[in-house]
Amino acid sequence: MHELSIAMQIVEIVEEEAKKYNSAQVSAVHLEIGTLSGVDPDALKFAMEEAVRDSIAANAELFYHFIEAVAVCEECCHEFKMDDYFKVCPYCNSINISLLKGKELKIKSIDIQTD
Amino acid sequence: MCGTCGCGEDDHITYRKPGEYKLFHNHEHTHGGSTHSHAHDHSHEDHGHQHGHDHSHESEQGHTHSISLERNILSKNELIAERNRGYFEGMKIVALNLVSSPGSGKTSILERSITELGEKLNCAVIEGDQQTLNDAERIQKAGAPVIQINTGNGCHLDALMVNKAMKALDLKQNSILFIENVGNLVCPSLFDLGETKRVVIISVTEGDDKPAKYPTMFETSHLCLINKTDLLPYVDFDMEKVKETALKVNPRLEFIALSAKTGEGMSDWYAWMQKL
Repeated sequence: MHELSIAMQIVEIVEEEAKKYNSAQVSAVHLEIGTLSGVDPDALKFAMEEAVRDSIAANAELFYHFIEAVAVCEECCHEFKMDDYFKVCPYCNSINISLLKGKELKIKSIDIQTD
Repeated sequence: MCGTCGCGEDDHITYRKPGEYKLFHNHEHTHGGSTHSHAHDHSHEDHGHQHGHDHSHESEQGHTHSISLERNILSKNELIAERNRGYFEGMKIVALNLVSSPGSGKTSILERSITELGEKLNCAVIEGDQQTLNDAERIQKAGAPVIQINTGNGCHLDALMVNKAMKALDLKQNSILFIENVGNLVCPSLFDLGETKRVVIISVTEGDDKPAKYPTMFETSHLCLINKTDLLPYVDFDMEKVKETALKVNPRLEFIALSAKTGEGMSDWYAWMQKL
C-alpha cells in the first residue's frame, strides 16, 4: 500500500516545481519506474488517479516509462536482464551480481503551462 | 487525504512515551483548499536537489514548457534520512532498523537483549506500530528509554517520523538506537530512515519461503535474524533453503539463528552489534 504515499510524493514535488515557474497547470508528468523498484505498476496508476485529484496536475497526462532491470556479474563481468530478484548469472552461475538499472523511481520531466 | 489508503481521514500519527497521553502531532497543512496531513518536512531550505531546465525564457506567450527534473520520487524522505544518518554519525550512535512481518519476535529479541546486557548495551528504542503502547511498555519494563510512534493507518515508518521521535528521546553518545519498524515485509523496504544497518527478522514458524515471497526486504537488509529456533523440531523449516534463497537476492546478507525464548544464539547477535 505504499504506492499511495509515493503518488502523493509525486504530486507534491510536481506542485512545488510548477510553482517555481508560476504555472497553474501541469499538462504532462513523465515518470520512470524500474521493474525492480518495489512499486506495483497497477497500484501506482490507481493511486495516481486519486493523488492528482484537485491538484495542479489534475488534468495532466501521466506517462509511465518502465525500465527493465539489467545486472552485471561481479565474477565474469557479463551483463544480462533481470526478470526477478532470484536470477543467478546465466554465464557462470554466480550469485554475486549487481543491478545496473531497474530500481528507478523518478520524475523525469513535467510539461507546464505558463501565460 | 490519508497517505496510506486514500480515505478521507487525515493521518493521525502520534508519538508517546509510556505513561504520557500525547507528546506531539505531526504537521498538518492545507494545499488548495483540502487539508491533509503527511509526515514530510515542508521547510524549503534543506532541499539539496538539482535539476536542469530545458525551456527557454525567450517566449513570452502562453506556452507549454517541458521541465527536466530527473528527481527521485523518494528524495524528500532520503534528504531527511541523510540528516538522521549525519546525526547518528556525529553522535557515534549505531541505529538499527528492525524490519519483519508481525509476530516474528522483534520486541522479544529487544527485551531479552536489554535485560541480559543491561547498562552495557546503552540503548534507546523507537517503537513503530499502527496502534497501542504495548510494545513501548514492554521495552520500558525491560529497562530502556523508549518512544512509541503510532502510525494510525500508516504501514511503515519514514525518516521524518524517526527524526521527530529521536529528538524526544534525548539520545546519548556512543549508544545503540533500535528502531522497531511497523510489522510489514513490503513497504518499509523502500523507506530509508537513516539507519546504520537494516536487520530483517524472520521466525521459523513463518515458513522457509519468506525471502522468495518478499525479496526487496532481504535485498536491502544487512543482517537476517532467524528467530524461534527452539521451535525447529516442530515445524518444517529448511534453514539452508532460506539462506540459499536470500543469498540469491542479496549475496552479502549475514545470518544469525537465535531464540529469544531460550537465549540460544543471542550471544552471536550481541557480538555482531559490538563489531559495528
